[in-house]
Amino acid sequence: MYAKTVLIKDTDTTREDKTREAYTRLLDCLREDNLHDHVQVVRVSDIGIYEHGLVLKIYPDNITYANVQESGLKRIADSIRDSKVLEEFVFKPKARQLRLVLRNCGKINPESIDEYFASEGYLGLKKAISDLGQQKLIDEIKLSSIRGRGGAGYPTWLKWNFAREVKADQKFVICNADEGDPGAYMDRSILEGDPHSVIEGLSIAAFAIGASKGYFYVRAEYPLAVERINKAIKQAYDHGLLGKNILGSPFSLDLEIRLGAGAFVCGEETALISSIEGKRGTPHPRPPYPSVKGLWGKPTVINNVETLANIPQIVLKGGKWFSKIGTQTSKGTKVFAVTGKVKNSGLVEIAMGATLREIVMDICGGTLSGKPIKAVQTGGPSGGVIPQDLLDTPVDYENLQKLGSIMGSGGMIVMDEDDCMVDIPKFYLGFCVEESCGKCAPCRIGGFQMLNYLKKISEGKGEISDLPQLKRISQAMQKASLCGLGQTASNPVLSTLKYFEAEYKEHILNKHCPAGKCSHLITYNIIEEKCKRCGICFTNCPVNAIVGDKEKGYSVIQEKCIKCGRCFDVCKFKAILRK
Amino acid sequence: MAKVISAKINGILLRVEEGTTILEAAKRVQIKIPTLCKHPDLPASAACGICIVKNKGSNKLLRSCCTPLEEGMDITTHDPEIVEIRRTVIELILSNHPNDCLKCARNNQCELQNLTADFGIKEESFPQLLRNLPIDQSTKAVDLDPKKCILCGRCVHVCQESQDVWALSFLERGMQTRISPAGDIQLSDSPCVKCGQCAAHCPTGAFVEQDNTAQVWKALQDPDKYCVVQIAPAVRVSIGEAFGYVGKNFTKKLYALLRRLGFHAVFDTSFGADVTIMEEASEFEERLLHGLRPLPLITSCCPSWVDFMEKFYTDMIDHFSSCKSPHEILGVLSKTYYAEKNKIDPSKIFMASIMPCTSKKYEITRNDEMFASGFQDIDTVLCTRELVRMIKQAGIDFESLPEEECDSILGEYAGAGVIFGSTGGVMEAALRTAHYFVTGKELKNVEFENVRGIKGVKETEIEIDGKKLRIAVAHGLGNVEYILNKVREAKVNNKEMPYHFIEVMACPGGCVGGGGQPYMVTDELRIKRALALYEDDDEKKIRCSHQNPYIKRLYKEFLGKPLSERSEKLLHAHYKARPIYVK
Repeated sequence: MYAKTVLIKDTDTTREDKTREAYTRLLDCLREDNLHDHVQVVRVSDIGIYEHGLVLKIYPDNITYANVQESGLKRIADSIRDSKVLEEFVFKPKARQLRLVLRNCGKINPESIDEYFASEGYLGLKKAISDLGQQKLIDEIKLSSIRGRGGAGYPTWLKWNFAREVKADQKFVICNADEGDPGAYMDRSILEGDPHSVIEGLSIAAFAIGASKGYFYVRAEYPLAVERINKAIKQAYDHGLLGKNILGSPFSLDLEIRLGAGAFVCGEETALISSIEGKRGTPHPRPPYPSVKGLWGKPTVINNVETLANIPQIVLKGGKWFSKIGTQTSKGTKVFAVTGKVKNSGLVEIAMGATLREIVMDICGGTLSGKPIKAVQTGGPSGGVIPQDLLDTPVDYENLQKLGSIMGSGGMIVMDEDDCMVDIPKFYLGFCVEESCGKCAPCRIGGFQMLNYLKKISEGKGEISDLPQLKRISQAMQKASLCGLGQTASNPVLSTLKYFEAEYKEHILNKHCPAGKCSHLITYNIIEEKCKRCGICFTNCPVNAIVGDKEKGYSVIQEKCIKCGRCFDVCKFKAILRK
Repeated sequence: MAKVISAKINGILLRVEEGTTILEAAKRVQIKIPTLCKHPDLPASAACGICIVKNKGSNKLLRSCCTPLEEGMDITTHDPEIVEIRRTVIELILSNHPNDCLKCARNNQCELQNLTADFGIKEESFPQLLRNLPIDQSTKAVDLDPKKCILCGRCVHVCQESQDVWALSFLERGMQTRISPAGDIQLSDSPCVKCGQCAAHCPTGAFVEQDNTAQVWKALQDPDKYCVVQIAPAVRVSIGEAFGYVGKNFTKKLYALLRRLGFHAVFDTSFGADVTIMEEASEFEERLLHGLRPLPLITSCCPSWVDFMEKFYTDMIDHFSSCKSPHEILGVLSKTYYAEKNKIDPSKIFMASIMPCTSKKYEITRNDEMFASGFQDIDTVLCTRELVRMIKQAGIDFESLPEEECDSILGEYAGAGVIFGSTGGVMEAALRTAHYFVTGKELKNVEFENVRGIKGVKETEIEIDGKKLRIAVAHGLGNVEYILNKVREAKVNNKEMPYHFIEVMACPGGCVGGGGQPYMVTDELRIKRALALYEDDDEKKIRCSHQNPYIKRLYKEFLGKPLSERSEKLLHAHYKARPIYVK
């Protein structure tokens, strides 16, 4: 047994090799201090803190160090030996989060089932099977009022109940881990940091509906998650928590991983089912709903990773406990992946009802640039842009929808003045156009046409009549598309049109991009008075669009300039004028 | 009994069986909801997004093609918002579709064009986004122009599910999505069996038959050519649809028409069918009584079925009747027997077949045996739709034409010959003659009701000379697997064969539902066409092929007897495995 456990993660990068280097270095230091048999060091993929350099957590002391330099590792090893705390590295979080879903992430070794056991692991499943039984279990979930965390917010208990009521020789449960929103990695972190909680949640769901077979549908781009789930499944089998007669009951369950090939639309329930069946991943009309007729025509419950990770705690602590967290209509917590122009980006778990401002300003520390926030985008490509004056809105499913956005799976991108409200929806729509399965006409053609209009506007060729066209196609896509992808793909456009129409008009009428983002609409010029003739712009221009010399000074040949902004970025004297 | 539910559509209260879609239910109260992807033959694919409707109290629009009407629903099918959304969707589809309607094979018969007209769309609302994709003309039967495809998915469903051929699939995604054989190969290298059901179900001009009318016009104008023509059974009961007549038999007007078009002699494929029966019934008799070749005997007059078998069921080659299809038989006889009798140089004879079928276009050159006369036995094949175009080009008032008879001696047919056009018809015709061949006695009742009808697989037992014969009839290639798996199982386990005689037709309904027939076919229409054929049979004095005096004369003067050396040479063919996906 180890006396202490140290979790380690380089939070500035998603690259594992960086963490691995520090990990090796720390092991060496511990060996020098003869501590290597007493201290266990675990590399984790998510430690709950982001962009704070190398982060270490020491248990059972519960000390968190952040921004640790490599040279500091030796001192930390020494401090462990001397049982001291190094104040200079101690991490001081600004605001409190409520970590229910991420409760174990960065705390326990995700590859150890014993550590999961030690944090109440599988007690929920035991309670469900031994004490509750199917009906009471579903009643508890109903009482908790938990809604699906995948985006649509459908009551989880209803899904389960439908599937339970259908008589069938076989039923399935599926964990939807096909997380694909740009910039979102909540599910990945849960699967990598606490895979057993998801397995337990999925097992409970299977027990509730009477399924004997379950699948993890994980995108192939998450190799570490796949590895961890695989290990966790094997451990669960070894402990009799999967397989035949689980915990001595008649309930049996087999779990298997299916890899998704990275098609965003396969996160949609019916497309996901097609994909598992080995068919082209395209959505199908509902009804019949998967809970009645799903995988291979059998009743199937599909729950998102985050939903499932909530389940064991709900079962263990009771639906009533859960229902006390959150707002009237949205219970529990929500994990957001906050990125963009914030000081501290990363995963944030808050109780429903916290305001966007609390998340962005208090937890994430406001913008990095110090410039005011312009807007926040929630819900990824299906969501919308919420302007800064509405940031005091408490976060829940209904409120976000009222503002023209959605909760979605939890992507949140913070934008400041340098972000263009034509460029942002163009990016998101481009994503949806790329990811449209091509099956239904409104989404396939409508999305493409809208994207063309946005491109046109951002290139300075827009006409004022393009705006009603955008609205018209949006309406058709929202109302006539078959699946969520098409129905929501125009949200970023509609919400920016709603809150930032003036910015669109500025692009169209004055051929001007206020944020200086749309490259066709900006020019770079050298301000002679400010220029110190250092020549750094000249050497850095990738297309030789800057001419001149240190004697005569420099100027930009507009015809050659590709508007990359390199000169603007490298000039130390602010002598480049971007207009 | 299904549960009955009540709901409202546009304020009209109605009661329907549970599970009825909103689209179907609306029809019952005389409301037509427009759609581009739903075809009555096929399950909803929900691809076009045009059939959207509102349900009171819900924000979301429902797709009526795939949403069942539920108890208490209050549906609105048309209001300004719905119509506007439909119009936008149609305009979006149009922006991705070439607007060369005037030069399109589906001009005036295109479902997209019709909707465009209905919605009064007169200008391009959105910029044109056209893809530059090549036309696939490799099959010589059905052409695929992916530019015109609106991705409704009907062809894919028909090809994969109904026909079990799997030649077509969706490729790529988003705006790059297109229909193509898997692996982006040409149709001719794919499992395609040329049945043309893709074309029959396509709402636009993405799939159309390869047009051979020019070849026929050219031959008709060539003074050197002696042009003869034959019409298949199924054509006579469908051609009227182009002129507003459903389920009506136009045999004799067709004879007159073809003469007006300039053909020197007009024959009837049903006569070829009588010959097929003589040969096939003899083959059956031989297999049943002498066992030289194995039972069950499987019919082979459908070229798509032959192609399918050569690709997927090569273990059944021994069971296949070697007898050629009726039009091939008539082709070879016209260039041998008929030429000889009428002292015509067979090299000058140009034989055109008017068929309900696209696959016959492929069949006429499928192997050397299709040149048994020393020339290409059939020079060209036109399907029903092409003949309709010729009628219109020739300016002939088809409906008012007088009735005429066909040309002897390759003309007058027995009732048995004409029911070839319907599923179960070949079986019924063969049984009438086989009974006589085996027992030497004529049947009192020549009608075999159990093999008629639209059911996908028909299995029955009949008695000939105290012997119980098990019969199976399948139409729609998707129904073949069930029957042939039983045969395979018996073969593997060395058990008694489940059947003695099997008939297969590739197209649903048999030739009346052929891939070259007039558009918008449904089961209802298939049944009407088939009934018209059975009526024709019923009205014939001679109903069995072996009783047909012209057939007797043919054998006496030329062929000798069924399965004679000359018959074998001219009227029989052989099969070989044609593996797919190998170069």
